[in-house]
Amino acid sequence: MANLTLVQAVRDALMCEMTQDPRVVLMGEDVGVNGGVFRATEGLQKEFGEERVLDTPLNESGIIGMAMGMAVNGLRPVPEIQFMDFIYPAFDEIVSEVAKIRYRSGGGFTCPMVIRTPYGGGIRGGHYHSQSSEAYFIHTPGLKVVVPSNPYDAKGLLISSIRDEDPVMFLEPKRLYRSVKGEVPEESYTVEIGKASVVRPGKDVTVLCWGAMVPVCMKAAQLCEPRGADCEVIDLRSLVPLDEETIFESVKKTGRVVIVHEAPKTCGFGAELSALINEEAILYLEAPIVRVTGLDTPFPYTLEHIYMPDPERVALAVGKVKNF
Amino acid sequence: MNSGTDLMKKKSKSQTVEMKKKPSKTISDSEKCTVLREDCFRIMKEDGTVDSKVEPKIDKEVVLRMYHNMVLTRAFDERGMMLQRQGRIGFYVPSFGQEAIQTGTAAALLEKDWVFPSYREPGIFLYRGAGLYEMLCNLWGNRGDLSKGRQMPVHYSFPKIKMFSVSSPIATQLIQAVGAAMAAKISKTKEIAISYCGDGGTSENDFHTGLTFAGAYKAPTVFVVTNNQYAISVPLSKQTGAKRLVDKAVGYGMPGVSVDGNDALAVYTATKEAVDRARRGEGPSLIECVTFRMGPHSSSDDPTRYRDEKLYQAWTKRDPIVRLRNYLNSKKWWDEKKEKSLQEQIKAQIAEAVERAEKEPAPDPMDLFEDVYAELTPQLKKQKAELLHEVELRGKFENTSEAFPL
Ligand SMILES: Cc1ncc(C[n+]2csc(CCOP(=O)(O)OP(=O)(O)O)c2C)c(N)n1
Ligand SMILES: [Mg+2]
Repeated sequence: MANLTLVQAVRDALMCEMTQDPRVVLMGEDVGVNGGVFRATEGLQKEFGEERVLDTPLNESGIIGMAMGMAVNGLRPVPEIQFMDFIYPAFDEIVSEVAKIRYRSGGGFTCPMVIRTPYGGGIRGGHYHSQSSEAYFIHTPGLKVVVPSNPYDAKGLLISSIRDEDPVMFLEPKRLYRSVKGEVPEESYTVEIGKASVVRPGKDVTVLCWGAMVPVCMKAAQLCEPRGADCEVIDLRSLVPLDEETIFESVKKTGRVVIVHEAPKTCGFGAELSALINEEAILYLEAPIVRVTGLDTPFPYTLEHIYMPDPERVALAVGKVKNF
Repeated sequence: MNSGTDLMKKKSKSQTVEMKKKPSKTISDSEKCTVLREDCFRIMKEDGTVDSKVEPKIDKEVVLRMYHNMVLTRAFDERGMMLQRQGRIGFYVPSFGQEAIQTGTAAALLEKDWVFPSYREPGIFLYRGAGLYEMLCNLWGNRGDLSKGRQMPVHYSFPKIKMFSVSSPIATQLIQAVGAAMAAKISKTKEIAISYCGDGGTSENDFHTGLTFAGAYKAPTVFVVTNNQYAISVPLSKQTGAKRLVDKAVGYGMPGVSVDGNDALAVYTATKEAVDRARRGEGPSLIECVTFRMGPHSSSDDPTRYRDEKLYQAWTKRDPIVRLRNYLNSKKWWDEKKEKSLQEQIKAQIAEAVERAEKEPAPDPMDLFEDVYAELTPQLKKQKAELLHEVELRGKFENTSEAFPL
């Protein structure tokens, strides 16, 4: 066991997979010599050479399109997009090509690859270094979407993603890169994609979250305890495929739900979760579902702490559904 | 500046010839980095001396104003970095070594022209009269900031002086400049648009699109590529297979010229010519300014992880400010006394603006909802009311943001 930060766990997973599978290649802006601007690929070019860790020209559709071609031709690329906010030049390659190739070729071509990208706010990054745009990709059939919230899951989920036969969007909560540490086994292991984790069992209110919102919701749960609400916090970990069973089981127990995400409210993944719960478990609900989300505005700079859900805002929402 | 037009013509012609006849006979990668490329258009030698045969006739006032602006830009960058190091602002992007490019290009424009800058161009804002106080307020993202504290530091926006709002996504501005230029063409205003990106920026799709559109429509646009040899950690040799970025102009059907980016007079002369061409309706041009990024990529970057130190050392001897000062001295337009008083004046000016700017309060949380649309939608009105209610309920919001890592 090693005590690693989340970003070190990501690097560790890459190291493990590159060591045991020569098909795994990395590429992206500044990932080689510089080891990535967040150091997620630190030292890997030195270890595996310039053909397996490629510094790319500054072009995101190039990064993804090239990775796709490599995947089609037998490699297991793990391209990095430096910030999720800069993924849009590659949007066409991802949603029109990567996501659809299996379907449009009748299963004749596949492109197993993992698009790693840091997402989310809380690092004083303003409009373009803070967004949480998972919804665009969740809305695109053919892509899996995975979001770890701690070092152990980060390593296990990333290894699972690299071994997956489908393209995976692996969204890394950059705010947690260095602020959380945890025990991580040195050897390879997997965490199954598509399984949520009940990170805090409780009986009163189900709190659904992922990524950087998990520690926020855990703190909220602490705030709620003395206020008389026992939260069950569920870290979804995988948004596509979604572990509906764990969600419904919890909702049926608590009858009350708060959904938390950083992305804007309108058409955020919270809307989908809310609709699903209404479809499958509405008769168990004791109160309307409440969403705690980013505002329906671009992501601000100075007031990001007011824009983003924080423990107190989540706790207020929990109080609202509890006392409905 | 009558020789100017020839410059563009000759350059673009010789490029074609070179490309056809001897594609391999170009300067090698290592040379390209260790010496200033010899194919660059240059007026001042590195010591500031000028061969009187090539000396352009630029008004003394213009040259002095350029010098002033370069010194101001340097001082502003130094102060910006210092404020960040002291933890008073969150982030800064210095433009050390690139003062001649910013100033030389800005000086060649008219007030009515449009500028679509990148994030490493404080000097253009300063030249065109952006207030120090407003720029500093942007660094704090406070109530004095024209962008209302919504953008990261150095992402300025000054509509009144036609300095377009800086965006983080690389190279997007190049295409928008073509649109602004086309609008000017259609409205017959004789405005031109100039847009900037880095060497890294030339790899983005938007660079291709911008130059394609400009070439297709003969839009009155000038593209300036600041080739400072690095895109964060990626050196030019890994950025492209092209030997010279200026060669890209050929493919888009526009003339291009490589300029010594540390020679303010050369930058000015080349830009003036491209601007005049555009204004005459002769279409777009590409100017590659060859320089070196003398500072870190940003306040969060450590260039010693990847920078070629020898190369960096070599470039410390090519300071564009020193070069222009030597020129001014040789013309007897400048002396020690004037230098000292300029330095003092700028120091005091910045100090005064810093003091005022730092005092401004953070934006009002209710302002978060403004400017998403011309008017608040019903949903936004609801969210605003909810936030107002929450503010009343809990009073304070704790800011637990981490420091910006890049
Ligand atoms: C679309 C996009 N991708 C990636 C980034 C991250 N990024 C910011 S600056 C930069 C390098 C830019 O290099 P260059 O164009 O040479 O300009 P310089 O920083 O040298 O002025 C990168 C990769 C970004 N801002 N936008
Ligand atoms: Mg550069």
